[in-house]
Amino acid sequence: MERDRTTGTFTGNRGLQIEEKLLFEQGEAGRTGVDIPEPPKLKDRLGGTRRRAPIGLPGLSEPQVVRHFTRLSQKNYAIDLGLYPLGSCTMKHNPRLNEKMARAEGLGDLHPMQPESTVQGALELIDTLAHWLKVLTGMPAVAMSPAAGAHGELCGVMAIRAALEDRGEKRTRILVPESAHGTNPATAAACGYAVDPIPANKRGRVDLEAFKAKLGDDVAGIMITNPNTCGLFENEILEISEAIHAAGGFFYADGANFNAIVGRVRPGDLGVDCMHINLHKTFSTPHGGGGPGSGPVVLSEALAPFAPLPYVVHGKDGFRLIEHDHDPAATGKAFGRLKGFHGQMGMFIRALAYMMSHGADGLRQASGDAVLNANYLMASLRDELTPAFEGPCMHEVLFDDRFLKDTGVTTLDFAKAMIDEGFHPMTMYFPLVVHGALLMEPTETESKDGLDQFIGAVKALARRAKAGEAAAFREAPKLTPRRRLDETGAARKPVLRWRPPDPQGQAAE
Amino acid sequence: MGTVKFTDEHEWIRLEGDIATVGITDYAQNQLGDVVYVELPKPGQKVEKGTQAAVVESVKAASEVFAPVTGEVVEANQALVDEPATVNADPMGRGWFMKLRLADKSQLDGLMDEAGYKKFVEGLH
Repeated sequence: MERDRTTGTFTGNRGLQIEEKLLFEQGEAGRTGVDIPEPPKLKDRLGGTRRRAPIGLPGLSEPQVVRHFTRLSQKNYAIDLGLYPLGSCTMKHNPRLNEKMARAEGLGDLHPMQPESTVQGALELIDTLAHWLKVLTGMPAVAMSPAAGAHGELCGVMAIRAALEDRGEKRTRILVPESAHGTNPATAAACGYAVDPIPANKRGRVDLEAFKAKLGDDVAGIMITNPNTCGLFENEILEISEAIHAAGGFFYADGANFNAIVGRVRPGDLGVDCMHINLHKTFSTPHGGGGPGSGPVVLSEALAPFAPLPYVVHGKDGFRLIEHDHDPAATGKAFGRLKGFHGQMGMFIRALAYMMSHGADGLRQASGDAVLNANYLMASLRDELTPAFEGPCMHEVLFDDRFLKDTGVTTLDFAKAMIDEGFHPMTMYFPLVVHGALLMEPTETESKDGLDQFIGAVKALARRAKAGEAAAFREAPKLTPRRRLDETGAARKPVLRWRPPDPQGQAAE
Repeated sequence: MGTVKFTDEHEWIRLEGDIATVGITDYAQNQLGDVVYVELPKPGQKVEKGTQAAVVESVKAASEVFAPVTGEVVEANQALVDEPATVNADPMGRGWFMKLRLADKSQLDGLMDEAGYKKFVEGLH
């Protein structure tokens, strides 16, 4: 055939959007980007373990490889391309200043095994970032090494368990609200605790009475996100923290939504015992495929002695890293080590660059703008969509699918149609406490113009859904390199490996 | 056929002798969407009323299946592991999850009958 059936072009390309084969399909034996001299004849000392068959790497030239990855990158979506309203993910702009600092000579070329005397600046940087985190949260200590949010949760719950064991207590249950991120119950279960869910009340907050009814001397703690995943501030949080402490348990705060309250609420004032901070969300280090996370955990007086190794201390000769519990400067109670080396140094640099370039007033303004933007979305969309809860929201706004009732369009269809409009879809079907949830978090990054365009697109889609265009929604996305994927098929019968075509099999067909 | 009872967690339970067959309701499979993965308890495992006995995962979400009664697992429907779509196709029949030997039949008393469950589901929307 002369022309591709979907694109109408000979190549299958859509203009500058180029149809790209797998590297393995492009490879040709013997083709290479470098000339390597034939190795001299050597005596085989491999004891019979020498490879017997070709390993099947594709033969490719350098421009082939460069084009391949550049073309794939053009099919990607990123915060550098546009609004990324994925709720509970805080997809904010990653300032270029952060990148410049992370690449600076003396920071970019550090090695974790350098002698301490040669990395005093790096240790001071970790210590300075720790100071900012402690001041912003009103907490006396912080464990810097956790590598991501869920890793931070693990750190926090392990510290809770260590503190309970130190008290000679064995508690077995952890309370988790139904609107929690899935990692909360997963963390509690991974640490050997039974997960006891707490229902939400009609206002989308923790049901205080249901929570109190579950308290007992077997409860190790409660894990709460505040603001919660419905984008609402838990306004009975002080009563919750008093009650959990009175019952001898600890208060774990999931800091995923910290961007809503930075510079305004100090979690320490709410009675929090530990909280992970997603540097990659709140403090603008790249994530969502763009970089490793980083999840330092701030700790209360009660939990601080159990913080994992290593940590930075001030010695008489400068900064030191405590690597062992038998170090004279150690507490002797650390629950262990969570990570090789000292934490995500590259992210520490970026987060501190963000903090210091904003200053205390700038950080406070950022959280305010993030909440303002979410409320602007809420106010602009509330007549066309259906907000899940009444009243203002925090940094993210939650809609349910009542506005799609009887249209034949589902939340999934709606999200797919957003892709045709050039947006990353919002979070969908989460939190689970709301039917057909659509959760949008614009962050402070977006200007009013950007938000207005997004609002226009969402409203237009909602009107099309209500006008009976369900069939078109079910086909979306239509303008992408690939059309709607068979997600069910991919989950049930995943094809995880490319296999070379079998020439004999082809001949038989 | 024995009597079928329903829980407010959208499980059904059919009693024959002292063996109860447990699955999720048509409403539940419809809300979940295409089921892509099922995790079942092992025969011989003891399960307690209201605690997690199985996991069902769809393209939308992963959910627990709670044991509607206390008992011992005598059989799990291994066919679901290979063909999770059966949960969508025939939730009340071939899509059953497990068979339990009941510890206490009176635990069934508090559950809904078919008419009661139908009313309960209508009240959800």
